[in-house]
Amino acid sequence: MAKKEYAFYPGCSSQKGASASNYLTSVNAMCKTLDVKITEIPDWNCCSASIGYAEGGELPRHVLNARNFALAEKHLPGQDIVATCAACWLGARESKERLEHSSVLLQDTQEALKEAGLNIKAIPEVRHMVEVLIEDLGWDALSAPVKNPLQGLKFAGYVGCQTNRPFGITGENFENPMYLDKLIETVGGEAVPYDQKVTCCGGALAFSEPDKAQAQIKDIVESAYDHGAEMIVTPCPLCQANVEIYQGQINKKYGTKFHIPVLYYSQLMTVAYGGSAKEAGLDGQVIKAPKLEAIAGKK
Amino acid sequence: MSANAQMATKYKNSFLKEVEEQVEMGEWVKMCMQCGVCSGSCPTNFHPGWEHPPQEIFMMIRAGKREEVLTSPSMWMCTSCYNCIVRCPRKLPITHIMHGLANYAHRLGVAPKMQPTRHFAKLFWNNCVHTGRVNELKLSMGLYFKDGFSQGIKNGMAMKDVALGLLKAKRLNPFELFGGHKCKDQNGIHAMLKKARELEEKRKALKAAA
Repeated sequence: MAKKEYAFYPGCSSQKGASASNYLTSVNAMCKTLDVKITEIPDWNCCSASIGYAEGGELPRHVLNARNFALAEKHLPGQDIVATCAACWLGARESKERLEHSSVLLQDTQEALKEAGLNIKAIPEVRHMVEVLIEDLGWDALSAPVKNPLQGLKFAGYVGCQTNRPFGITGENFENPMYLDKLIETVGGEAVPYDQKVTCCGGALAFSEPDKAQAQIKDIVESAYDHGAEMIVTPCPLCQANVEIYQGQINKKYGTKFHIPVLYYSQLMTVAYGGSAKEAGLDGQVIKAPKLEAIAGKK
Repeated sequence: MSANAQMATKYKNSFLKEVEEQVEMGEWVKMCMQCGVCSGSCPTNFHPGWEHPPQEIFMMIRAGKREEVLTSPSMWMCTSCYNCIVRCPRKLPITHIMHGLANYAHRLGVAPKMQPTRHFAKLFWNNCVHTGRVNELKLSMGLYFKDGFSQGIKNGMAMKDVALGLLKAKRLNPFELFGGHKCKDQNGIHAMLKKARELEEKRKALKAAA
């Protein structure tokens, strides 16, 4: 039996062929090494992300998350829900908090869920994968499997918004959270201090108002370069995509020469744990990370 | 009478009361002490088009400036970064109030028509509830073709390099156009959301009638 078991909420961006599919690849490899069993919540649905408010409104938004709670309770009783996506985690955790706080919202939610043949008894805990790593496994367990330390590599740990605010990781500071830097160091890399660690990448505005979002992304990438980082690392799929894929457009607009790889913490861990480039999902980088590929095990 | 006119008549003496009863988290507005930390913390603060920062919106609500608030593009600038929430000394859920105001203005049909984030938000919701899961390709296509076919081709061409990069990295699947990922119980999801919308509207109507 695995050391730990969770009801897994991968989220839309992690699906096959979607924008964060390489995140899931690396999470699977990382969890295998750490003996963590994640079982997908059967038939899970989208949380409607942070942009769901405008058309969705309040109750429909919570009901979407509640369906996942009910499915997790029914099929994977007793297991905490774990999400890898920052927005999935935030949205679900927000809904849990509101439903537990308001009997009116909960009552309406139950009535709506009835239409899908479901109901909630007790809402499971909603955790981010990073919480599972730090709180349930602990730093010693995370450093024990390191075979190929990422010696000499300099990373800018980009925490961004939604794994940091409004809930954040317990014990961390909103203005300067340290957990990501500590994760980088745990796998042998160097975390450079820089001033845009918790700056917003623009979120959904990268789609609707690209000029605004790209101005913010430019600040983040520039600061990473200025402080000597060779790569950026993040725990959030939208941060990853926004900061990586628009570098070409930013270069055209601002005359910059950005070309910095943007990775997930789970990719660093997979490589450090002896995984191959493929297992770490490094083939999914739009901007390749040759320095990490060089360390990755050949398989 | 339009939904907007009905609400304006119903709450003619107090826009603050209207916001408290009809807007998600609206009951917090009166707690704002006008310190301005939210405005200084907002990442879109320094961009053009940001008409009123949150603290101004809160004071305008109290001053009864109904039309100026509801038709403002300001709430649509929110990137959901939650910086304002964690810094507010009075612990107002500012992000949610901004979302709530945007949603209310949208439902009443008075939010700015061509506001790009309003358009994208509607597209996103319809996209994700249709099958229960987001179809990223259809979402992007819908966004590019917002202003008609020829503009759509232009927008698509401008994004060509981004799309090709994702395609090569296997993070964009062209076959998503013909179906893609979906939930099994789509009927259940649709029925449950229809019910949720009905219940929410019923609660709001009850408050307005009281």
